[in-house]
Amino acid sequence: MKEDEYHFTLDRREFLKLVGSGIVVFFTTGDPFALQQRRDRGYPADFNAYLRIGEDGRVSCFTGKIEMGQGIHTSLAQMLAEELDVPLDKVDMVMGDTDLCPYDGGTFGSRSTKYFGPPLRQAAAEARAILIQLASERLQVDQKNLVAKEGVIFHQQNPQKKISYAQLAQGKKIERHLEEKPPIKPYRNHTVSGRPTDRMDARQKVTGEAKFTGDIRLPGMLHAKILRPPAHGETLKSVIVSAAKEIEGVTIIQDEDMIAVLHKYPDMAEQALGLIDARFEPFRSKLDNQTIFRHLKNSAQEGDVVTEKGNVEEGKRLSAKTFDKTYYNHYVAHAPSEPHAALVNIEGNKATVWASTQSPFRAQAEVAQVLGFPQEKVRVITPFVGCGFGGKNQGYQIVEAARLAKLTGKPVQVAWSRKEEFFYDTFRPAAIIDIKSGLDGSNKIVFWEYRNYFAGDRSSQPFYDIPHFRVLSMGGRGGSVHPFGTGAWRGPGSNTNVFAMESQVDGMAEAAGMDPLEFRLHNLDDERMRRVLMAAAEKFGKSFSRAPSGKGYGLACTDYLGTYLATIAEVDVNKNNSEVRVKRVVCAQDTGEVINPEGVRMQIEGCITMGLGYCFTEEIRFSNGRILDENFDTYEIPRFSWTPQIETVLVDNPEMPPQGCGEPAITSMGAVIANAVYDAIGKRMFTLPMTPDRIKEALS
Amino acid sequence: MWGIQMEKNFRFKLNGKTIDLASSPERMLLWVLRSDLELTGTKYSCGEGFCGACTVLVDNEPVLSCQFPLKEAEGKEVLTIEGLGKNGELHPLQDAFMQHNALQCGFCTPGMLLGAYALLLKNPEPSTKDIVDTMEGNLCRCGSYKRIIQAIQTAARTMRGERP
Repeated sequence: MKEDEYHFTLDRREFLKLVGSGIVVFFTTGDPFALQQRRDRGYPADFNAYLRIGEDGRVSCFTGKIEMGQGIHTSLAQMLAEELDVPLDKVDMVMGDTDLCPYDGGTFGSRSTKYFGPPLRQAAAEARAILIQLASERLQVDQKNLVAKEGVIFHQQNPQKKISYAQLAQGKKIERHLEEKPPIKPYRNHTVSGRPTDRMDARQKVTGEAKFTGDIRLPGMLHAKILRPPAHGETLKSVIVSAAKEIEGVTIIQDEDMIAVLHKYPDMAEQALGLIDARFEPFRSKLDNQTIFRHLKNSAQEGDVVTEKGNVEEGKRLSAKTFDKTYYNHYVAHAPSEPHAALVNIEGNKATVWASTQSPFRAQAEVAQVLGFPQEKVRVITPFVGCGFGGKNQGYQIVEAARLAKLTGKPVQVAWSRKEEFFYDTFRPAAIIDIKSGLDGSNKIVFWEYRNYFAGDRSSQPFYDIPHFRVLSMGGRGGSVHPFGTGAWRGPGSNTNVFAMESQVDGMAEAAGMDPLEFRLHNLDDERMRRVLMAAAEKFGKSFSRAPSGKGYGLACTDYLGTYLATIAEVDVNKNNSEVRVKRVVCAQDTGEVINPEGVRMQIEGCITMGLGYCFTEEIRFSNGRILDENFDTYEIPRFSWTPQIETVLVDNPEMPPQGCGEPAITSMGAVIANAVYDAIGKRMFTLPMTPDRIKEALS
Repeated sequence: MWGIQMEKNFRFKLNGKTIDLASSPERMLLWVLRSDLELTGTKYSCGEGFCGACTVLVDNEPVLSCQFPLKEAEGKEVLTIEGLGKNGELHPLQDAFMQHNALQCGFCTPGMLLGAYALLLKNPEPSTKDIVDTMEGNLCRCGSYKRIIQAIQTAARTMRGERP
């Protein structure tokens, strides 16, 4: 099919009708994944975002991306303000609204600033060029004598001769599609981008005004609670709902597999749900957290080669010392602060959906399908999202709310309880990594043979200088191999891969008789990686020794989709109770050009803090399909008392386009802490999380 | 079973205003605030008292509103995030959270602010250890603890009349 034969659900003209007058510039982001998805789904391939200069002089950027705490609400606005020469507070970000924003594949993978930012800049430069052109006509001044500053264009020699963007946009309806790329500002001239900038959504969030999905109120809306099986794999045998009906104001819906209780108050709906007498067919499963790894090994497929070089057998022949180790990690929950929620309101042939989602367009398609509506009759609005981490790529609550809204004829909210959140979460998969590696007589890594069972292959490519390597994936992330849903978890695959790889490298460093930093530098040509390692070591300021030194220092580095980082940790291990205290973490990160240094630091700090959870406590326990961890009493996530001293170094690299920063720093946490624990006690931890029980076992 | 219990009339002060409402006495304050009174700044996150997101003040004491029955609010003064600022002015804690960027997704923020406010009412000069000990029950999945500690210290200085 030729490109112009696609059926577009909403074309440019229809978007223009929606946005009203002003100056509009369409542009296309360079995200290869998003482009492909858009083509597959019949959306316009020539633009997927636009910005508008309104008649009030405010600038709006319309994007299908969403804000879940990662801060693109601010960093993208900075990039736009910089290139368009408007004050930052004149920029409005319109995000995740499927009626107003063109198609977007979803917000994940640290892709927003990296792929959306540069074309946004181009579009802003284009808008600025249009404004200068218009100003030239209105002021009768040659374009080359005009200067734009803070939303006003003026004559360079005669600043009294000026006109604002608002005046220029008045009564105009100008549509431009970016074809030629006007020059963008060199980073040296930046005054907004590259400066530490406070979060633009902070005021709403400290006053309680910020609306999350569960905070939206509509007249006549009902809150739904849905009957859930006690375990994955159990099916409903019998149900008696009569007692629940006694509660005043309750509506009970039985529709195919769904039994829901609705009430104007969510707690009343919950109470009524508790009165339903339901029996389920028990489910027997041999899988639990003890047996899962054997099951995973047995489920392995023939390996796909992720990457290879040279000849591993030749590498083995060249080895003076060989290493053969296996690493494990358990299932980990996303545990977002805000549990999944959705509100659906159907009026006539149009549905409006509010949802805590990372993928509003996916939600739109799912709701359209379940309601039998054309997609353009479903509008998904994404309010603020309270954490995502990949867990909100999917959201069955949205479809449930849509079904119930249709059945009751009222607006319906479905908001998961914490227990439902743990039950329906798409966990980070339990996984196994086997690594065989070898050192030659000069302590160079000569071979590396890597088998990845279900972690996902991101960050599994070696970045050390290894002449012979082969990386195999034994079945992706596993899918139905797992006894419940699994999915992308902040830095998918990488957390497990970096834990295994950088633990293995540490073991080789010790065998080489070298300290961890010295050994890495000895095996690394990559200048960017050497630079982040040196930057982290300099900030840390204390010297490494060959492990185990008893000092409790650990080091790990990685390349996460183009962002390079090195992390150093200092820990204390209490030999009495086998608890680890992380005293200090230093992270040096090269993320290319930095748009908001404050935002990048916040992401690194957040990654380090959150990462401590999967290092020490976070492990979903399960048995016979039941998820045994249902709340934060047994599923412990990091708290105030865990917070180490955190220091961040942003390694200057402005010549490189901006890279992602929402995920990279979390991916090194497993390795850096395991290496620090080894340095402290001389015992290597091969399983995440490193619970006190596992440390005690290692010590005994 | 409180769902079919008789409703009772309750009167309490909420953010300085007198509230009269009829409801079941055993309902948790969180849901009365969020549903009946449409004050949605107070958040549900764990529902069992393990995370602190629903923290409000009752007679200046921090309580977990998801575990606090409405009947216990009778005749008392309730403060929620909506009442922390006065006359359109932000409270110094709110200012400090903004200044330190002590939040990311912002979902736990109202509970953090109320917990911190209760702490500063009792202890205007808290050490880092005091802050950590008091705030230990408030969870932030985004991992902003370091900045929240700094923000509370800054706000404490401002409230004592020192230069922040």
